[in-house]
Amino acid sequence: MPITVEVVDETVGKTMAGNFKKVFAYFNDVDKRYSTYKPNSEISQINDGLPRNQWSREMKQVIDLCEQTKQQTAGYFDIKREHKLDPSGLVKGWAIRNAANTLLDMGYSNFYIEAGGDIQAHGLNANQQAWSVGIRNPFKPDEIIKVLKITNGGVATSGTYIRGTHIYNPHDNFKAADAIKSMTVIGPDIYEADRFATAAFAMGPKGIDFIEQQPNLEGYSIGADKVATFTSGFDRFVGEDA
Amino acid sequence: MNYKEPAKKIVIGTTVLGVFALYSLGIRDKVPVLSKPSSIVSASSNSSGTVAGSTATTGQYKDGAYNGSVADAYYGNVQVSVTIKAGGIVDVQFLQYPNTHSTSVDINQQAMPYLKQEAIQAKSANVQIVSGATYTSQAFTESLSNALMQAKV
Repeated sequence: MPITVEVVDETVGKTMAGNFKKVFAYFNDVDKRYSTYKPNSEISQINDGLPRNQWSREMKQVIDLCEQTKQQTAGYFDIKREHKLDPSGLVKGWAIRNAANTLLDMGYSNFYIEAGGDIQAHGLNANQQAWSVGIRNPFKPDEIIKVLKITNGGVATSGTYIRGTHIYNPHDNFKAADAIKSMTVIGPDIYEADRFATAAFAMGPKGIDFIEQQPNLEGYSIGADKVATFTSGFDRFVGEDA
Repeated sequence: MNYKEPAKKIVIGTTVLGVFALYSLGIRDKVPVLSKPSSIVSASSNSSGTVAGSTATTGQYKDGAYNGSVADAYYGNVQVSVTIKAGGIVDVQFLQYPNTHSTSVDINQQAMPYLKQEAIQAKSANVQIVSGATYTSQAFTESLSNALMQAKV
C-alpha cells in the first residue's frame, strides 16, 4: 500500500531524510507483522495456530483493541472472517497515528501522513492554511464531491466503488443490501476515525446515526441514490477550494 | 484462491437468508441472482468451482458459468459468477457482496431530525489529499480474475 508523508516545518533540515526513513521503516515493520498476505507474518502464524501465550506484547494489545472496538460498535467491527483473524481494519489507522506521534515527538508540527486513503494531518500546509482533504465520489472515483479543511485530526473513508463498464452487471436488487456506498468519518485522530468508519459502513444507513451519537466524531455517508446524509457538526470541517 | 468448504456452507446459508430478506423487503422487479439455489448448490459439489460443463471453444474462454473465488473485501466477501457464451463474457453476477448480513436494511430510512442531507456534487479537484476506499473494488477484481482463469481454454 502506498504511503505519503509530507512535512512542512522549516526547522527540519538535515535530519529530515533520516526521519522519513524511520517512518517508512515503521510501516514496513507493521506490514511484516500484520499482513495476512505474508505467510510468515505474526498474524499468519496466529491464524496457523500460534497460541496466545506466544504472541508479541504488541499483538496482544492490538487484538485487545479490536475486541474493545467490537464491543463499542455492537459487533459491527469484527476482525474474524472464516475462522481467521484479520486486524487490518484497525491496524492501518493505529499505525498511522503511531507514526504521526513519532513525528510530533521529533518536533514536527505541520505534516500529514496518508496510507490507503486514511489520513492524519497536523498543523498547516505550505500556504499556512489547513490541509485540504477531498472525498471521492464513489460513483466516479476521479471526482471529488467534498473538500474538507483539516488541522490536527484524522479522516477515514470506508466504501465501495463499483465500476460501471458494460460487462459488470450488478443487479438493482443490491440496493437493499448495498444502500450506502461510502462513509467518511472525521475524528480527533485517524485511529478513532478509521475503526468507527469501518463499523459505521457495515451498519448501512444506520451508520450515520451511530456516528452522530459519538461526541467526538463527524460523518458523511453517501447513499446508492447519490444523496449524502451527514452529522450535525460536519459542516465546520467543510471548506470550498478557492 | 481455492474454495474452502466452510466458506461454501456460509455462502449457501447467507444466500438463503439474503433471498428471504430481499423478498421480505418487497423486491419484485427482477428475480435476484441469489434466488437461483440450483446453481449455487451445484457449485458446492465441485471443488474447482465450475458449474456448467464446457462445450464450444470459440474465443479464449469455454462456454459456461464459473464462480470466482471468495475474495475478502475486509467488511465482507465478494464473489462473482461469470457467464461465457460463444467464447465471450455475457454476464457477471454477484454471489456474495459485503454488507449482506444487514438483512433489516431500511431502504426508506427517515433521517433523524438533526442529520442533514444533500445531493452529492462535484467540487474542485484541487485538493492536497484524497480520502477514499479501495478494498471492495480490489476484491471484485480478484474474484473476477479467478473466475476467468477457470474459464480459460
